[in-house]
Amino acid sequence: MTVAPNKIARRAFIAELLRHRGEALIATGLGSATWDCFAAGDSPEFLYSWGGMGLAVPTALGLALAQPDRRVLAITGDGEMMMGLGSLAVVGDQGPKNLAVLVLDNETFGETGRQRGLTAGRVDIAAVAMAVGFSDVMTVTEQGATAALGHFLFARPGPVLAVAKIAITEDPWALPEKDGATLAHRFRTSLGVEKA
Amino acid sequence: MSSPGSNWSLDIFRAIEARNITLVCTVPDGGLTNLLDLIAADEKIRLVTLSTEEEGIGIATGCWLGGRRAIIAMQSSGVGNCINALGLPLAYRAPCLMLVTMRGQWAEFNPWQVPMGQAAKPALEAMGVRCFPVERPEEVGETFAAAADLAFNSRTSAAVLVSQRIIGAKGFGQK
Repeated sequence: MTVAPNKIARRAFIAELLRHRGEALIATGLGSATWDCFAAGDSPEFLYSWGGMGLAVPTALGLALAQPDRRVLAITGDGEMMMGLGSLAVVGDQGPKNLAVLVLDNETFGETGRQRGLTAGRVDIAAVAMAVGFSDVMTVTEQGATAALGHFLFARPGPVLAVAKIAITEDPWALPEKDGATLAHRFRTSLGVEKA
Repeated sequence: MSSPGSNWSLDIFRAIEARNITLVCTVPDGGLTNLLDLIAADEKIRLVTLSTEEEGIGIATGCWLGGRRAIIAMQSSGVGNCINALGLPLAYRAPCLMLVTMRGQWAEFNPWQVPMGQAAKPALEAMGVRCFPVERPEEVGETFAAAADLAFNSRTSAAVLVSQRIIGAKGFGQK
């Protein structure tokens, strides 16, 4: 069997997807997921991370449990998701209706030299999510899927998870603020849980 | 805070309630049984069962970023699973409060528990976590309260280490 290479261009895809976010809070995994969201247009409602590999979904889960009236979307990469795979079971067990996860899957460790990732073979993160209690999952392979994906991630009762099969691309650097205390302050003040 | 021989689990539970901590993440330990039972029976506090302790560091950090207070309760062996994750609350300058019941020290029967039990405190300190070891049951409640106030009011990481002397060594049918 020959498998067609992934063709989704991540930067344009994320920018288009985030046009559908409404008031959703976005928590990004370290690396390219953070750069993609910042490149799409900065917002205090974007919670960036520069480290803590494996903790994107746990962080988003904590946020979703603290803000049950807000939609929360975790956007992360396949390597980051694999490191925190067990956290999908915690999400499945807790069942937060307001939580969605998007895995940007280029099947490589892009930040470290494009080494082969676990999802390049038979590993299917969406199938894992379904097996551990997510209410629905989706896999997208087309650039034009953002409207349907946006509806799925921002409106469908959670927890939901989507995998987007993205291409390996060379994108311009787009680095947000990296001081965590500054990021936390602007995020919390935008939520009204901390004084400006 | 309480008399000798009193229920230290209840003392912690009251300190949790009094500080508006409404979410407890855990990989359970035998020493935490009474406290986890109290939490499971309370509708105001959400109990989150983890697959590995480091998830709790992320969840508690996310909770605080969203305006809710959480703690992570674990056995000392779980401390090792948390090391890299402890960088997350430090980076955000978020509070982080860990409740650790110790193994591998007082009268330990299982040699496999000793390495991480002995390394738990220095490993936490190496990651910038202020450690509060407690050796007497009547001091657990006030120590937990002090560590919680330090963590949440000064936005730092703190761990209460409940000695195996308080919990009692697991017998493995050897009594």
